[in-house]
Amino acid sequence: MSQREKKVAVYRKEHFNAAHRIFNPAWDDKKNAEVFGKCSNPHYHGHNYELVVKVTGVPDPETGYVMDMKVLSRITAEEVLEKFDHKNLNLDTLYFRDLNPTAEHIAMVIFDLLRARIDPQLDLQIRLYETERNFVEYPA
Amino acid sequence: MGYFSGNQYPVHKYEMVYLTRLEHFNAAHKLYNPGWTREKNEAVFGLCANENWHGHNYDLYVTIKGEPDPDTGFVFDVKRLSDIIKEQVVEKVDHKNLNLDVDFMRDKMCSTENLAIGIWQQLLPHLPAGVQLHAIKLYETPRIYVEYFGNGATGPVAEGQ
Repeated sequence: MSQREKKVAVYRKEHFNAAHRIFNPAWDDKKNAEVFGKCSNPHYHGHNYELVVKVTGVPDPETGYVMDMKVLSRITAEEVLEKFDHKNLNLDTLYFRDLNPTAEHIAMVIFDLLRARIDPQLDLQIRLYETERNFVEYPA
Repeated sequence: MGYFSGNQYPVHKYEMVYLTRLEHFNAAHKLYNPGWTREKNEAVFGLCANENWHGHNYDLYVTIKGEPDPDTGFVFDVKRLSDIIKEQVVEKVDHKNLNLDVDFMRDKMCSTENLAIGIWQQLLPHLPAGVQLHAIKLYETPRIYVEYFGNGATGPVAEGQ
């Protein structure tokens, strides 16, 4: 295997606790309840979100790191946790004013936020647990 | 209850067993004392005072205790226990706002401590005679949980308590 092929995936776990409501503002309450069930409760509900950030690349020959995990943790705290932790995703963030804060969309937003701060030579993937049993990955 | 062995007198050995059922609910809440200023709430509760709420996946462990029934081997049918927990607690709190939507949390601070006490009080009247409620263990996050043992009240809660 050439050096170029010796890629390693490194993972960092973080978490944030947030309220949200899943609904389509173009629909009436009845249709929202039919499609989204309890998730469209108008007074919001919440989750402990578990975030796993996967970065893939060739380890640097001088450090042995794909990426310094302390740096990744700091970037994630600045770009994600400070914006989402202990927040209401619908009311307190700009990203979900016009975007339904499903786990899918949250993962896509988080990807875009981190992608801009991480070396483009490194691959990036987000896994987001909404609950222990429901989680998403982006890009799929 | 006793059992005989030949011509011996009945011997009863009391076997206390603790049975726990786990349920889950996802809810929004905030820690905000309406009698305080916003500054004082933020100083005391930090991020938890966000007026637009935040949320958690709560894990609820309900523990009862008793002696296994000689016919079934059960302290209590755990499927019935699950139904009681779902009817009296989970349906009232799951995918709800604990500050706004839950009658038994009205006018109370929505801490995990008070929620555990409220859950105990919701369950107690609906458990059959002979089933003793032992503990409520409530995880707010994987790293934070509370336990409530009823302070001696394993029967119906007296008024004023």
